[in-house]
Amino acid sequence: MFEILVFATLNGLVTGLLLFMLASGLTLIFSMMGVLNFAHASLYMLGAYFAYSISLYLGFWLGLLIAPLLVGVLGALIERYGLRRVHQHGHVAELVFTFGLAFLIDEAVQFFWGPDTKNYQSPDVLDFPLFTLFGQEFSAYRGFMIGISVLIFIGLYRLLTRSRVGIIIQAAITHPHTVANLGHNVPLIFMAVFGVGSALAGVAGVIAGPVLTTFPGMAAVLGSIVFVIVVIGGLGSLAGALIASLLIGLLQSYAIASNLGVADLLNLLGLEFSRDHPLTDLWTLTLPQIAPILPYLLLILVLIFRPTGLLGNREQ
Amino acid sequence: MKKFLTKSFAWFGYLAVLLLLPQFFDSILAVSLFNQMAIAIVFALSYNMLLGQGGMLSFGHAVYFGLGGFLAVHALLLIEFETVYFSIVYIPLLAGLVGLLAALFIGSFSTRKAGTVFAMISLGIGELLAASSLIFVSFFGGEAGVSGDRTYGPPLFGVEFFQGIEIYYLAAAWVFVATLFMYLFTQTPAGRMANAVRDNPERAEFIGYSARRVRYISFCASGFFAGIAGGLYALNYEFVTEETLNAVTSGRVLLMAYIGGLGYFIGPILGAVILTLMNSLLSNYTDLWMLYLGILFLLTVLFLPKGFAGFIMMHRVAWLQRRIGKLVLPYLATGIPAMLFMATCVLMLELSHLEDESLSVLSIDLSASSPFTWIGLLLIATISMLVTRRTLPALREAWEFANHMTDEPESKS
Amino acid sequence: MNIKKQKMSYFSSALALSLSLILVQPAFSQEPVRIAFMDPLSGAFASIGNSGLKQLQFAADHMFNAKGGILGGRMIEIVPLDNQQSPTETQLQFRRAVSEDLRIIFQGNSSAVANTLNSTITRHNRRNPGQEILQINYSAVDPILTNEQCSFWHFRFDAHAIMKLNILTDYIAENPAIKKIYIIGQDYSFGQVVSDNSIALLNAKRPDIEIVGNEFHPIGQVKDFTPYVTKIVASDADAVITGNFGADMVSLARSIIDSGLDIPIYTFYAAYDGITATLGADGVDRIHLIHNDSGNPLPSEERKEYYRAFKAENPGNDMTQPRILTALQMVVAAMEETQSTDPYDIALALEDMRFTTISGEEIWMRGEDHQVVQGLHLSVHTDQDVEFDADNSGFGLVTRYSVPAEETVVETSCRMRRPRR
Repeated sequence: MFEILVFATLNGLVTGLLLFMLASGLTLIFSMMGVLNFAHASLYMLGAYFAYSISLYLGFWLGLLIAPLLVGVLGALIERYGLRRVHQHGHVAELVFTFGLAFLIDEAVQFFWGPDTKNYQSPDVLDFPLFTLFGQEFSAYRGFMIGISVLIFIGLYRLLTRSRVGIIIQAAITHPHTVANLGHNVPLIFMAVFGVGSALAGVAGVIAGPVLTTFPGMAAVLGSIVFVIVVIGGLGSLAGALIASLLIGLLQSYAIASNLGVADLLNLLGLEFSRDHPLTDLWTLTLPQIAPILPYLLLILVLIFRPTGLLGNREQ
Repeated sequence: MKKFLTKSFAWFGYLAVLLLLPQFFDSILAVSLFNQMAIAIVFALSYNMLLGQGGMLSFGHAVYFGLGGFLAVHALLLIEFETVYFSIVYIPLLAGLVGLLAALFIGSFSTRKAGTVFAMISLGIGELLAASSLIFVSFFGGEAGVSGDRTYGPPLFGVEFFQGIEIYYLAAAWVFVATLFMYLFTQTPAGRMANAVRDNPERAEFIGYSARRVRYISFCASGFFAGIAGGLYALNYEFVTEETLNAVTSGRVLLMAYIGGLGYFIGPILGAVILTLMNSLLSNYTDLWMLYLGILFLLTVLFLPKGFAGFIMMHRVAWLQRRIGKLVLPYLATGIPAMLFMATCVLMLELSHLEDESLSVLSIDLSASSPFTWIGLLLIATISMLVTRRTLPALREAWEFANHMTDEPESKS
Repeated sequence: MNIKKQKMSYFSSALALSLSLILVQPAFSQEPVRIAFMDPLSGAFASIGNSGLKQLQFAADHMFNAKGGILGGRMIEIVPLDNQQSPTETQLQFRRAVSEDLRIIFQGNSSAVANTLNSTITRHNRRNPGQEILQINYSAVDPILTNEQCSFWHFRFDAHAIMKLNILTDYIAENPAIKKIYIIGQDYSFGQVVSDNSIALLNAKRPDIEIVGNEFHPIGQVKDFTPYVTKIVASDADAVITGNFGADMVSLARSIIDSGLDIPIYTFYAAYDGITATLGADGVDRIHLIHNDSGNPLPSEERKEYYRAFKAENPGNDMTQPRILTALQMVVAAMEETQSTDPYDIALALEDMRFTTISGEEIWMRGEDHQVVQGLHLSVHTDQDVEFDADNSGFGLVTRYSVPAEETVVETSCRMRRPRR
């Protein structure tokens, strides 16, 4: 039991931090522009595919460097020529635009790379077990994933709170007109933030590709979860996104690790149940089975009881 | 009075088109297409009640459609096993009531806020239900769904609903009634206030309307009509699977309503027809149709924010000024090269996707491996794009002329 | 005939045609015999469908059309219908098949689709006597299709899941080193079938084997299988059984391998269409596969030759399902025998037909439930002695264990309703 608990925690941490890498870019974009970017997970997928193609020629490490840059530039272009254009038609148009973009990117990935899973491998340097605990290996690559995520969090946090650019960004979030009047180029800042946010999604894709399988459905698998995190954490709050990511990563990991089910609950209450009952699906429900829908349950509860999210301070 | 006449004329036209279509196209395939359209029209119109009229962006509208569908197919099963006995023509109403019930419950907490909060709750509920539908096999039938048979009910005037065409007339009747009621809803105070709340909830509150209540009413009505669409779906296909309530269906209805044109009553009808046609015709000729659909959608969002209906309505002023004729030539001058440009792009996409060597278009064999093909296509694309750009100012000028001296501002319906 | 070209040449004519009544012309001797192929040709599952289409097209061209056709000179024309592996789209494509008078439909992917098609066809045939349609199922393995839901109009050319599991559990039972088994699968009907029957069969054959885990996860929703693998490791299992397919299969195998767990994984679908290449060196001797189309070494020269000819024409694809050829050959044999292309005649001739495949094996189409009875094989993923690899990766399947046709027979609960003519 203890070994499962330890590994479930580690797994939850890896998933949570990966989710955070995605959520951080999304929440940054949201706090700047008020846009929930539906295509964010698609950009994450693009990161993985770009890195896969680059790694075929230049190896993993150059892929890690170049792919996020490409995704970042693409993000900036999307902001400049897409979002800025639909912005005048209001928030719904913006959401719908990113929704369509997600659709298009998914199709484009299938067009260029085909529908198969891709053989995108982690680098040989990291192909060793970092440590072995209770007979199970924890690969060095997962350790590397944790490391990168933590670095990104620290970097972002320092950038936003300590640097001049960060101060301008923070000001532009709340008082865009004042910042513009001070002579700063607000549209440029928007474009840059969108680019950086996309690049972060790209990084997440590059490092997640080898462990989570690079295939056209990888955006869909993560897509809505990332929104859930950003909303639960509180729209626009970086710390909230971190907490929510870890919360959801751990929640899912523990749920899968457990063997509890409704049947156990009934036994605990001293109730018997028969398999032929019309509600048998409900009686035989187990926690691992519903693990993937727990985040949505949490989302609805949070939105009903605390619409601002855990650390958010505004309702959009 | 005149307005009333033109309006009833439009409704009679609508009814006539619905009833006469199968007289002209009566192959099994065509009828199946019309059935699809009928379902899509009701569904898209119900979605427009939310987004177009109420300003509520939903990513989980398939929930009400799917639940209605599942109930309808269970009703068919009940009829088959003679637990109950009534004509299947009432099943869509039953399905609508289920959609209404679900909307009454979900709306009670989700309509508190519009905007992002509403969108996210709808997304969460959509995902939750889609996932649950695979877990609760006894009601939802797992990934194979639930299958029924529509022919066991009592016949209606001797019609036993063996064939698709019989279902089409039933569906057409329902579509007409549903469309009429949805239109009438927009004319009620509740429908009018939905527009007000969409545009400015604060002001609406100041005149004494609870924005939340207004939203709740629209939401429930929308759920009801989505349920009706689900019931029609069950009657047409005689089975319902989890596909009907998952995110893909929710996304598709958003696409339909948006491409057709939000805010115009006729928009979603147009969108439903266009998308159904694209879906069933285009997919037979190219594997890339989803890619084209994505591109079409993005282009619509970028350049026609009010959709196809909005594009048509843009010409109202020019029409009233009797200057629409002045637009024909510039439209052709820009439109033809623009079409040519798009056609060449499509051709290049198809060529690069091709596994075989060549593609025959207009009885010219294009070889994917020959550089001449590519140079030729690129040349055509570049020239047609340049011509489009050159003729654009002329079109703009003609447009401004046609819309000049307007005393009537463009109105929203 | 190349498929794409044919598709495009429809473009001009079919737009008008498809919306109007298509007249059925009386058959004369040189008119082609048209057979529909309905599987996902676009979307996420397209690679499997397209691979099947190529194999059927090649079978028709290489075996029949190049040799002068069938029924005294008629060519076989394969008409692709893209159902995107969706039950709804399947219905629409079915209606298209009806309106184009396509009377034989080849279909294989996803049992959900096969079930939908089966009930749609049964309903259609009952309501439209004289316009019946025949379903040739070359790959969907849900047992109910030849048991509770069996139909006169459905023929299955693959062994169903229980037949395969029966052989797989025999193989496991013979291995005394295996004492604990972990079952993990996608949470849907096929996953449930695999789980329930593995437990029942293992209990009967080796009561000492302990089922240390019986896990279901949602299809295509799992980001990371590591949490599941943690449970597998903790359970101390000696082997894993899974019915997973596609990306869920790859991710699961990858996670198991990454955790350093060195135990066999018994699967149904862990080969070809990119999976073999993705598993690569990591999967060697761990991934086992139960299937009906023996791996290397191929059993007959004839099949090797056929494989080489296919590879020469389709270098990017593999001959993943020789049973597609077998199915076509048997359908053609039934046509030749009755000199008819009517589904009712074909169905009667197919019942209890015995046929020798290009692998040199005699197989039998059981009349009672329309289930083919053929040999089954257990193969392993490796790069040793692989004459014919998969995904051009150097890795492929080598057969370790084979069972002849007569030993694979399992009882059926089918009570078929036969139409009267």
